[in-house]
Amino acid sequence: MATTASKRDVVDAMKLLTVHLRIKRYNPEVDKRPHWQHFEVQAKAADTVLNVLHTIKWTVDGTLSFRRSCAHGVCGSDAMVINGENKLSCVNLISDVGTDLVIEPIRGLPVIKDLIVDMEPFFAQYRSVIPYLIADDNPGYKERYQSQEERARYDDTTKCILCACCTTSCPVYWANSEYIGPAAIINAHRFIFDSRDDAAEKRLDILNQKSGVWRCRTSFNCTEACPRGIKVTQAIEEVKRAILYDRI
Amino acid sequence: MSLNVHFHSYDAVIVGAGGAGLRAAIEVSGKCRTAVLTKLYPTRSHTGAAQGGMCAALANVEEDYWEWHAFDTVKGSDYLGDQPAIDVMCQEAIDAVIDLEHFGLAFSRTAEGKIDQRRFGGHTRNHGEAPVRRSCYAADRTGHMILQTLYQQCVARDVTFFNEYQVFDVLFEGEGVERRCAGVVAYELATGDLHVFASKGVLFATGGYGKMFRISSNAHTLTGDGPGVLFQNGLPMEDLEFYQFHPTGIYGLGILLTEGARGEGGILRNGLGERFMERVAPTVKDLAPRDMVSRAIHAEIKEGRGAGPDKDYVYLDLTHLPPEQIDAKLPDITGFVRTYLGIEPKTDPIPIQPTAHYAMGGIPTNIHGEVVIDTNNTVMPGLYAAGECACVSVHGANRLGTNSLLDIVVFGRRGGRAMAEYVNTVDHPNITKSAADKVRDHIERVKSSNGGEKVAELRTTLQETMTRNASVVRTEESLQEAKVTIDDLRKRYESISIDDKGTIFNSDLTEALELSHLLDLANGLVMGALARQESRGAHWRDDFPTRNDVTWMKHTFAYQDKDGNVTLKYKDVIGGKYQPMERKY
Repeated sequence: MATTASKRDVVDAMKLLTVHLRIKRYNPEVDKRPHWQHFEVQAKAADTVLNVLHTIKWTVDGTLSFRRSCAHGVCGSDAMVINGENKLSCVNLISDVGTDLVIEPIRGLPVIKDLIVDMEPFFAQYRSVIPYLIADDNPGYKERYQSQEERARYDDTTKCILCACCTTSCPVYWANSEYIGPAAIINAHRFIFDSRDDAAEKRLDILNQKSGVWRCRTSFNCTEACPRGIKVTQAIEEVKRAILYDRI
Repeated sequence: MSLNVHFHSYDAVIVGAGGAGLRAAIEVSGKCRTAVLTKLYPTRSHTGAAQGGMCAALANVEEDYWEWHAFDTVKGSDYLGDQPAIDVMCQEAIDAVIDLEHFGLAFSRTAEGKIDQRRFGGHTRNHGEAPVRRSCYAADRTGHMILQTLYQQCVARDVTFFNEYQVFDVLFEGEGVERRCAGVVAYELATGDLHVFASKGVLFATGGYGKMFRISSNAHTLTGDGPGVLFQNGLPMEDLEFYQFHPTGIYGLGILLTEGARGEGGILRNGLGERFMERVAPTVKDLAPRDMVSRAIHAEIKEGRGAGPDKDYVYLDLTHLPPEQIDAKLPDITGFVRTYLGIEPKTDPIPIQPTAHYAMGGIPTNIHGEVVIDTNNTVMPGLYAAGECACVSVHGANRLGTNSLLDIVVFGRRGGRAMAEYVNTVDHPNITKSAADKVRDHIERVKSSNGGEKVAELRTTLQETMTRNASVVRTEESLQEAKVTIDDLRKRYESISIDDKGTIFNSDLTEALELSHLLDLANGLVMGALARQESRGAHWRDDFPTRNDVTWMKHTFAYQDKDGNVTLKYKDVIGGKYQPMERKY
């Protein structure tokens, strides 16, 4: 029952470290343009970046604004750019990201205040791919059957939490916000490859438009950014192939 | 400084967009003009954090009947659950699961392609013989799948959402028997504007209030806003003292590790490596109900058999499970353990401790989701509640695992249906221009205050005292200590001040308003717990360690008056075919 070397050293995890943060601030009621603010706070190696942001908000500057809810990586509220990469602040520990942090809002969506961006364009793109089951059969008053293989076919893309880490890490999306973006494609994929669904063609037609999958340049930023470990680029490729070869 | 006030008119307003709110919205949409208000985005709701599953006696993998499910729920509730409501829930569980499957939910499947089912704490075959496979699930992210699926169905129905609108007041009109709910007042986070929603029906589905505890599985946003608003408007709260502590929270953090881990064969061990649940529940062992397991962990630690340098935790051991089973059935929770503890659960046991998890109590309702306002079950017309914020009561003194996901879909659907019928029978309420004054005054008071008390400091003090004094094990002394602290905090709350005086996404302000809900509900919880001199379900009094069915087979109704004082009334439990007996597993 002894714990092994794989466990982080308890003493190190609890030791107080000084964390330096540069946070991109913007309050439209006061500021003409965004500016950087430096903060220095004490934190443990085992603290998350979200813990550190809370320390600032609760003890230094109550005006610092960011979204958060579940604090363990399932609600998708707190995507932000941490040292140049899109991450959820609540699943990244100081021991992972270090004590020198540069934090900015995710890119490609309008900034409203500090780390809070307007999510509406993102959700509008999500809604545009018919992100719900359309089944023509009438199963009556019983469950539909689905084999374990059929269920596994779309498992990866069911994990999406709509945090926008993928979409706002995509260089094509930064340059062209008409591009529907990886997250919307993921959510289309989830139904296109669900054996119970009958609307794959409609979704493939949507994704075959010029704002659709062909904008993807396979940079893999999305896959690297996904906090749920979804193989985003692979899913996009599967959608492309389904359009090209009419294969699902 | 004056806040902009906007006026809206709807037939039905749903407050909260987790499982219960979205399920209600699906039921109401298309039948009347509906708005769903949420202080988050719907997909951020904490339903998404639920892991293990949703029980229903589908009998897909072994013999099962809804009556067995009902028996387990009654026994699990320590006989405080109302049996007619429990019957409704367990019977309708089966339809509810089939509904979700038709909506597209990606359930895990059996080899034949049916919805798979697994074991869960307190769920047994034939009245306690052995654990039964009853929980329908989707890996260890069932709540995520339910939330996504219900939101998808709302998109399909073009439901109107007001995202990031936080409700801070409820409106009524008329006097005496004419009195009815007339709408809500919401604060728009993005602008700081106030919005008065005049509505014939209002359904609260705002979730729990687990952020009154320090070690908690709850999201930061679970601050009891719905119950808090109603409590502050003089409506009663039922059974607040019954608060569930989930046995397996990640040590120090409280992040939930599903009971499904034990359903898959995980074992709890103390610091000596002993499987201590064998002593406590010889038949079902690690799959005993949560109240019993949490108390057993508390006892191990108290008696010096805890693990770690301070001997203050125990282990959840998955190391004997096949690695591929862990990957297939428990991918998310093992990921949490790797992220937050740096431990590999396939080779190392996981340090855990009980974590504040679920409010059995809340806004009292009947089985139609209608809010009742006294111990005679008088209904407040137009007002509904469903999900964790409500108390039907199906969970009684202790909720069984998976019954929360069941509760939200069954009573979300029922509440929505009842509200849709009701609103077609009444006229529109009349709302005065001054409807938003109370919220506006509160906001302006907080913004202009120079009092110097800090919201975070008060909240931390509250969380500390609640976790120390009002959690798994309570005594007169510990509860009095909590009461003294809460009284002091409520006085200090009058002098809070905030840094952010702006209007756009002022979470400094909303956290201050949320704290008033937590403080008042914590006060109600502690008052109920002090009065209840017995041990039942999750409410364990070391100074009254037995259940007292003669005096206490009744629900607490707590009322808060204008000065913030609480009075308690009581309502008899509604029995049924299962007579109270000793709870052995």
